[in-house]
Amino acid sequence: MTLDLSLLPDGGLQWLTASGDHAGIVLSSRIRLARNLSGYAFPPRAREGERLRVLQQLRDASGRIPSLRDAALVRVDECTEQERLLLHERHLVSRELAGLDQSSGAVRGVPGASAVFVTGDAGLMVNEEDHLRLQVFRSGFDVPGALRTAERMDRELGAELPYAWHGEFGFLTACPTNTGTGMRASVLIHLPGLVLTQEIGKVLQGLQHMGLTYRGLYGEGSDVLGNFFQISNQTTLGRSEEELADQLVRVVRRVIEREEEARRVLLRDAGYIIEDKLWRAFGTLRHARNLPADEAMNLLSGVRLAAGLNLFSGLSVYTLNKLLIFSQSAHLSHAEGRVLTEGEANLARARYVRQVLANEANLPG
Amino acid sequence: MVCDQCRERDAVVHLTQIVENAVSQVHLCERCAAERGIETTVSVPQHPLGDFLQAVQQQAAQLPGDAARCAYCGTSLRDFRASGRLGCAHCYGAFEHSLRELLRRVHGSTRHDGWRYESRDPDLMARELTLHELREQLQRAVAEEQFEMAATLRDQIRGLE
Repeated sequence: MTLDLSLLPDGGLQWLTASGDHAGIVLSSRIRLARNLSGYAFPPRAREGERLRVLQQLRDASGRIPSLRDAALVRVDECTEQERLLLHERHLVSRELAGLDQSSGAVRGVPGASAVFVTGDAGLMVNEEDHLRLQVFRSGFDVPGALRTAERMDRELGAELPYAWHGEFGFLTACPTNTGTGMRASVLIHLPGLVLTQEIGKVLQGLQHMGLTYRGLYGEGSDVLGNFFQISNQTTLGRSEEELADQLVRVVRRVIEREEEARRVLLRDAGYIIEDKLWRAFGTLRHARNLPADEAMNLLSGVRLAAGLNLFSGLSVYTLNKLLIFSQSAHLSHAEGRVLTEGEANLARARYVRQVLANEANLPG
Repeated sequence: MVCDQCRERDAVVHLTQIVENAVSQVHLCERCAAERGIETTVSVPQHPLGDFLQAVQQQAAQLPGDAARCAYCGTSLRDFRASGRLGCAHCYGAFEHSLRELLRRVHGSTRHDGWRYESRDPDLMARELTLHELREQLQRAVAEEQFEMAATLRDQIRGLE
């Protein structure tokens, strides 16, 4: 099967639009709900037949579930490695469902009946660690908006499907760290100011005292790249979904203030150094012929900071978001119509970034 | 370069120490550096499940009242300790005492206080579910060549149908 991204509503990338609050700092807000169906072993323990029946039950029900009626179903187990990477780069499937090794990042095979339903701002992974993993995305800082959609979709799904439920423990999940609400509320946030002023360690430590945790750009087990962090609730049981989300919002609001403060300090105390560094980052992106992924990520982080400091005015947050996703290896391969080696991808990345900046950045020299 | 302390992992922290006017270089892996209280650059916490698994493994032997294995999926408490994953929803009943302890430790609570689950028609759903579960059990019994159990299950299914 060849994955046709144009078949996915909005390419599954509605959250890139940079339309929400604080979109320069908070790329996206996300609610993830873990749910299992009664009567089947959880996916890690399930036999192939059970996994297939879970998927079949969901397909049968999807016509009666309003928010899934127009969703595209992608059979991840029938995708090529490149297609799975592509879905992962778009945050539509997790590392686990894409078959990426947690530590090395190598692509493994995926078990049968792994799938994802994609709608405009939501994805429903099937047969990941739990039977269902619903993800709702919002552009910018809008956790309550994502929560409202997730709640509606969860009700619709629950009305048609028998969830694994326990009167005391709540929603039952394969890993007890998700039991209860099964909810992970998170924001993807860009904190270069706190990293440059070396305040980030304190902030991240503080998160843990507030019941929150952080990860890299691509969630569990991924590296912190380009000063992007995912901040989320750590526990899922004992407090309501709204309380957990409120706590995240309160703390993230404070983190945003500290980031803004750090940026003011940087400009005040090291204005010309910062300005020079960020223009150099832009210059490299604008003219480089060979651009490795990690370097691109760090330079894009610099340019994003420059835009946030109003040093550049001709570059939109949407363009920066787009560059972040479309400059990744599987996306470059997809655009070229063939699988690129790492070296080829570095050349293609440089070409792509130059072209976007030439077309979309309206900047003084 | 290998870590000077554990001689196993790659050294990622390179320290220049000055002790009594003598300059020396120490190369440490992230873990040994952390043990010495040296803060490295921002790093993502280890797989969060790591701490959790440790908690699971440190827990005393199975608590009284818990089954040795889940009767539905066959997962044992030992399997759970090794993988950190339960086999099915019934495991929560089979290992209820041990799990309640674990949930309290991980979440600080055992009582769900969020959205409630209401199925569309509880009676109908319960009957469908029982039938469904019996069929699954039947398949397992056949696969494991437990023919007596399979015959009993078949009768139960016929009765319900």
